Amino acid sequence: MKSEISARHGPFEKVLASLDELSSNTVVRRGVYAGTLFFFIFIIMIPPLVGILLKWNLIGETIQDPILVARAQNAIAASFAIAFVVSMLDLLAGLPMAWLIVKRRGRLISVVDTLADVPFIIPTVALGYSVLTFWSGPSGVSSLLGVQHLLSPGIWLVILLHFAFSYPVIVRLMVGELQGYNQVYETAARTLGAPAFTAFRTVTIPILKPALISAFLLAFSRSLSETGATAIVAGAFENGSIFIRNARAAGQDGPMVLVSSILMGVSIAIFILISLLGPKLRSPTKHVWTGLEWAFSTRRAANIKDVSTLAIFAVLVAIPSLFVVLPGTAGLLDGTLQKAVSSTGVWATYWSSLVTSYAVALLATLLNLLTGFPIAILIARRKLGARLTAVLDALVTIPVIIPSVALGVSLTIFWNALGNLPEFWVLVLAHTTITYTYFARPMAAAIQSVPEELEEVGRTLGSRPFGTFRKIIIPLTKYSIFSSAVMVLTRSVAETGATVAVVKKLQTAPVLLVAWINNPAAYGASPVGLGILFLVLLAFVSLLLIRVAMRRGD
Amino acid sequence: MPEVHLREVSKRFGSIDAIEDFEIEIRNGEYICVLGPTGSGKTTLVRLIAGLLRPDEGEILIDGKVVNRVPAEERNVAYMPQQYALFSHLTVLKNVAYGPLSRGKDNETASRTAFDALKMVRLNGRAEAFPSELSGGMQQRVALARSLASGSKLLLLDEPLSALDARLRVELRYRLKSMAKSLGLTVIHVTHDQREAMIVADRIVVLRAGRCQQVGTPFHVYQRPDNLFVANFVGESNFLEGTVTRNDSTSAIVELRGGLNVVVQETSFLAGERVALMIRQESTAMTSIAESTNALPGTIQAIRFLGDSLRIEARLTNGDILGARVPVPSVEAYPKVGDEIMTSFNSADVGVYPVPARGIEREIEVA
Repeated sequence: MKSEISARHGPFEKVLASLDELSSNTVVRRGVYAGTLFFFIFIIMIPPLVGILLKWNLIGETIQDPILVARAQNAIAASFAIAFVVSMLDLLAGLPMAWLIVKRRGRLISVVDTLADVPFIIPTVALGYSVLTFWSGPSGVSSLLGVQHLLSPGIWLVILLHFAFSYPVIVRLMVGELQGYNQVYETAARTLGAPAFTAFRTVTIPILKPALISAFLLAFSRSLSETGATAIVAGAFENGSIFIRNARAAGQDGPMVLVSSILMGVSIAIFILISLLGPKLRSPTKHVWTGLEWAFSTRRAANIKDVSTLAIFAVLVAIPSLFVVLPGTAGLLDGTLQKAVSSTGVWATYWSSLVTSYAVALLATLLNLLTGFPIAILIARRKLGARLTAVLDALVTIPVIIPSVALGVSLTIFWNALGNLPEFWVLVLAHTTITYTYFARPMAAAIQSVPEELEEVGRTLGSRPFGTFRKIIIPLTKYSIFSSAVMVLTRSVAETGATVAVVKKLQTAPVLLVAWINNPAAYGASPVGLGILFLVLLAFVSLLLIRVAMRRGD
Repeated sequence: MPEVHLREVSKRFGSIDAIEDFEIEIRNGEYICVLGPTGSGKTTLVRLIAGLLRPDEGEILIDGKVVNRVPAEERNVAYMPQQYALFSHLTVLKNVAYGPLSRGKDNETASRTAFDALKMVRLNGRAEAFPSELSGGMQQRVALARSLASGSKLLLLDEPLSALDARLRVELRYRLKSMAKSLGLTVIHVTHDQREAMIVADRIVVLRAGRCQQVGTPFHVYQRPDNLFVANFVGESNFLEGTVTRNDSTSAIVELRGGLNVVVQETSFLAGERVALMIRQESTAMTSIAESTNALPGTIQAIRFLGDSLRIEARLTNGDILGARVPVPSVEAYPKVGDEIMTSFNSADVGVYPVPARGIEREIEVA
């Protein structure tokens, strides 16, 4: 006999065997699903939605102050306007990039593919600092053009920043969609006489419409949520999340609750509206502008499109995102590194904030793993029936739609009203809520891709439900599990908006760094650069892990 | 060896009756083929027996015990789905050992059982391969070995040969049957391929829209179909509609439209009753002169060459269409479209059925 089946006699295996046995009990199985549904509804969903209502009375006073109301209106309008414009621009710039990554092969494209993830994986605080130093700092693009500040902090810098960090969301999602897209439809259109551009517009785009809508929604909500990096580049400009941050710093609870509730309500309304109306959107497929579309389909036009795509990516995304390396390396050479390593001065606080960041992120990831799996199974296997599954699926998306700073405000109010839950645990719950979609959604998709008949065959061969889950589902989805868990971890480590709203005493690394950046006189450029570099390096380790996992998954 | 008994089993999905009042007793060691068109409830039926679905009504008994509430993992029933469902992350050996390990066998015993099962399907040399490295036929054999190694004596095969190419399908269907018989397994084999069912089954169950149409040996189902649907679904048949005009103790005469008469041996219908006649295409001759009791004149309107035979379609003088499957004639005698011919068949080969309320066309449609 050539091989032996792996041994399974240890105490751990005995525990697993007992769990296998337990899982055959319908009551236990239903109990697990009910428990996780309870956690999802009462810990993840209800607190952020209900918390804000508990302080509804404060809004009355606020709306008496016309100046404050006007400021709040402007901030909210700016939030939605920026999110809309940035998401549209990202869609226009990101779709050709996704197309390029999928269609073209070669070393350059492989590098571009990796670089496209950079703004996604770099903590937004670091990205904000990077964009600020590139566009506004004396050593950035300003020095090349011989001006002092090409762009001062304000709305344009906010738009550039949001464009950069939403860009990879679009690219990554569309690359995945295009890889799974069956080329045969486009080939059929081409053989029927449609030029490449027409085939893309009339066949590919309508087929990819659901993914385009999802990508738009994700970019939109990400822009609405972002707080930490925006605070760095906003200057005197206020959008919704900066307004909430400022109001919290000034102890103005009323305006904070007003803006939070409007941001939450409008975000959810937009999500529902787009989800309902999106499928009804029709692209103009009936008419073909023959001359123009043939012109767009020539080799030359394709080359111009590719070069422009790469140029936009380089100038607006890649270089501004990586520019943070310069001030970081300066910190390595001027003695700041020694202070950092010896943990003297401000560095003691930095390291402790980093530990807090990772402790919170690890616990949020663990909670996501424990409670996200059953929810993902309920969705993937439609265990609640078609209608309830659709509702659950939509609910799981809501945490990512709600602006995180508004969510943080609401959660703080809710948990404070219930009792004195320690700040650390409120933060863990806030991060679990914010990152819930990042684990449950991809896991539901991954489990859905495993044919149900594998589980069925496993069961008819004598395997218990939990045994089937750990021996079939887990091995077949392990790369998704790993990448989703790392995504949750990095998102949590980088989180600033909700954290600012929740914490009073605790400090996480991104919150600390925002304070350092906003007060350069007190902390200096080198510690800021080095502190951010450490955060970026840790993020890159995560990216590397995801990449390795993905490659092995292939 | 297990005995399976289904008593008035029904299963609904929303407003759709997937299985309705289904009854059957399957004997030890019997090889049963469930035959029916797409959507007839074949897969639902085996999933009910496997324990992957629970019946809404009725009882399922295995070896005399009601198993309605027994979960799949405790039924000791091996289920092999259409695409085999091999675990892509496990080697062939680990796939096959999965069942014994799940049922509590130690590693050594599980490996030995798996290896023996692989030997049986002649794949012991590929024990360390992954499923993706095997051909379709090999994957089918691994799935079979996995079912055999599970120790179950009741094998449920859901379209086990449909993913294979035609040649391999023919080869494996014989092997499947002989292996099942030599191991004394009770097999329920789902298929939509009537030829496959004819070859491997001890008995055939014909399903339509969740209802059992007929259960019987292949010979019985083919020669004596219980209704027009079975007659049409199993084999190739002609259907004519007419009225019984005369009836005596040995034969009856049925008048078709246009005054054409057909003599039949079935005498249970009364004069004046509307009836549907069924004649197998291979029992129909098309020649220049009448060859049997029944000879109806017509004109050839289509000829299809099938390799070993010809399929000729003729329009009778009354407008009815009749098909015949005939041996390939010599080049000189090869028929042509437009030729005047006589379509003949024996009265013993004519099946007579009452005309269904919704008409013959609707009654025999498979979609």
